[in-house]
Amino acid sequence: MVIAEIKPFEEIKNLLKKYKKILVAGCGSCVTVCLSGGKKQVELLASALRTARKIESDDVVVGEMVIPRQCEPKFVDMIKDEAGKYEVILSMGCGAGVQEIAERIENIPVLPALNTTFIGMADEQGQYLEVCAACGDCILSMTGGICPVTRCAKSLINGPCGGSQGGLCEVSKDNPCVWQLIYDRLVKLNMLYLLKGISQPKTRSVHPRRMVREDLKLKKESTKGV
Amino acid sequence: MGFREALDSGKFLVTAEVGPVKGTETDVLLEDAELLKGKVDAVNVTDLQSSVMRLGSMAVCHLLKDHGIDPILQMTCRDRNRLALQSDLLSAWVLGIRNVLALTGDHPTLGDHPDAMSVFDLDSVSLLKVIGRLNEGFDMAGNQLKGAPDFFPGAVVNPGADNEAALEMQIIKMEKKIEAGAKFFQTQGIFDLDLFEKFMKRVEGFNTPVLGGIILLKSAGMARFMNKNVAGVFVPDPLIKEMEETKDKVKTSVKIAAELIKGMKSLCQGVHIMAIGWEKRVPMVLDEAGL
Repeated sequence: MVIAEIKPFEEIKNLLKKYKKILVAGCGSCVTVCLSGGKKQVELLASALRTARKIESDDVVVGEMVIPRQCEPKFVDMIKDEAGKYEVILSMGCGAGVQEIAERIENIPVLPALNTTFIGMADEQGQYLEVCAACGDCILSMTGGICPVTRCAKSLINGPCGGSQGGLCEVSKDNPCVWQLIYDRLVKLNMLYLLKGISQPKTRSVHPRRMVREDLKLKKESTKGV
Repeated sequence: MGFREALDSGKFLVTAEVGPVKGTETDVLLEDAELLKGKVDAVNVTDLQSSVMRLGSMAVCHLLKDHGIDPILQMTCRDRNRLALQSDLLSAWVLGIRNVLALTGDHPTLGDHPDAMSVFDLDSVSLLKVIGRLNEGFDMAGNQLKGAPDFFPGAVVNPGADNEAALEMQIIKMEKKIEAGAKFFQTQGIFDLDLFEKFMKRVEGFNTPVLGGIILLKSAGMARFMNKNVAGVFVPDPLIKEMEETKDKVKTSVKIAAELIKGMKSLCQGVHIMAIGWEKRVPMVLDEAGL
């Protein structure tokens, strides 16, 4: 899932200082799962904003809603009427959510309440780890389902650099050497032979990337007159 | 006789290493090099060792060449993408540099510019393949070169990896490096000859010369520091004790290094001496080791 964390409250407060009608919009997908932008976080942030403004005797209306998926155009379109009652939308979605809202709702500014950090998973309760760099050229079949592109500090794809000590990465002792993890897993799977082939250098992609699915595109004829 | 010819001759090889300074000062380095001239087969020049910004390896290799020493250009993948690596290789060739050691490189966070972007566009294995391709007259994209180099590529291996998985992966990667074109290996510093012998037994079938790494111990403190912080280096307690109790650190250091070299003569094809600031003592080590 996409992992994000809530920006410091002071930063959010400053972003919003000129607005009197604020819609806090959560997202029901990834950021709900990683507890950064779901219903509960929307309630807490909205409440904190009201309290902070009250202390400063500054009137404010803070609305709350959770969009099932902020990165889905049709869900964003569904909030257009409601959003029209506000001066600003504070998105608690990831960067894609914020941008989808900006794309669909032209006349109201949208501000981010989260810092989007990475594609990851929880490796412990309350702790998330980056595991996928979305490199567009997956080699997990060669590495026991553990990604060295993302989880090796040097993104090495032909084995470890030799700098690990006690199975820990030379760059951060908080992280295991991912090649150690790959090795251990391939031993368990009896697939160590996978490490022997030379992996080719990756094709570096140019931002922004685009994925085109011809089979899903609307045919030219059928869009005529639309 | 250059390094490649020395290697082909089957003699016991000796290489040393110099690290450029931070700045443009080259007098001391060239003085050290002068002392090594005629006594070693080649001298490695490190590439921003420990990710600390310094004078570059290529320029110093060129200076060494001018002083009659065959240099080994250390080239890491840390700072340059595939364009810059290939271009620098071509530049090195026209400056008279013939030997290249392909390395991954330390991460920038370990050095004095920790916020630098790390590149690692290629890794050591793919860099070796690129060197081979340039030697054949083509760049990595398959374009033909006007004038091709004929580099003698080498690589590194860490026989002291501290657990079985790490050591196995070093050996697997060593095989990949050979497949990718490595013609010789230089190792991390060795202090335990029994462990090194076991490693050499594992890799003797690879038929690629290995130069065992020798680090000059300057003090017991340095040994302890390396044990704690340098991957693959382990100085056994008796050697630390010797350094601690000696009245003459240089003499003891030279003796320890010479004993290790003598022990390596029957185990591998040469030694690579990393004096780390004590370059002037390398000739003493070689005398004492009978080289």
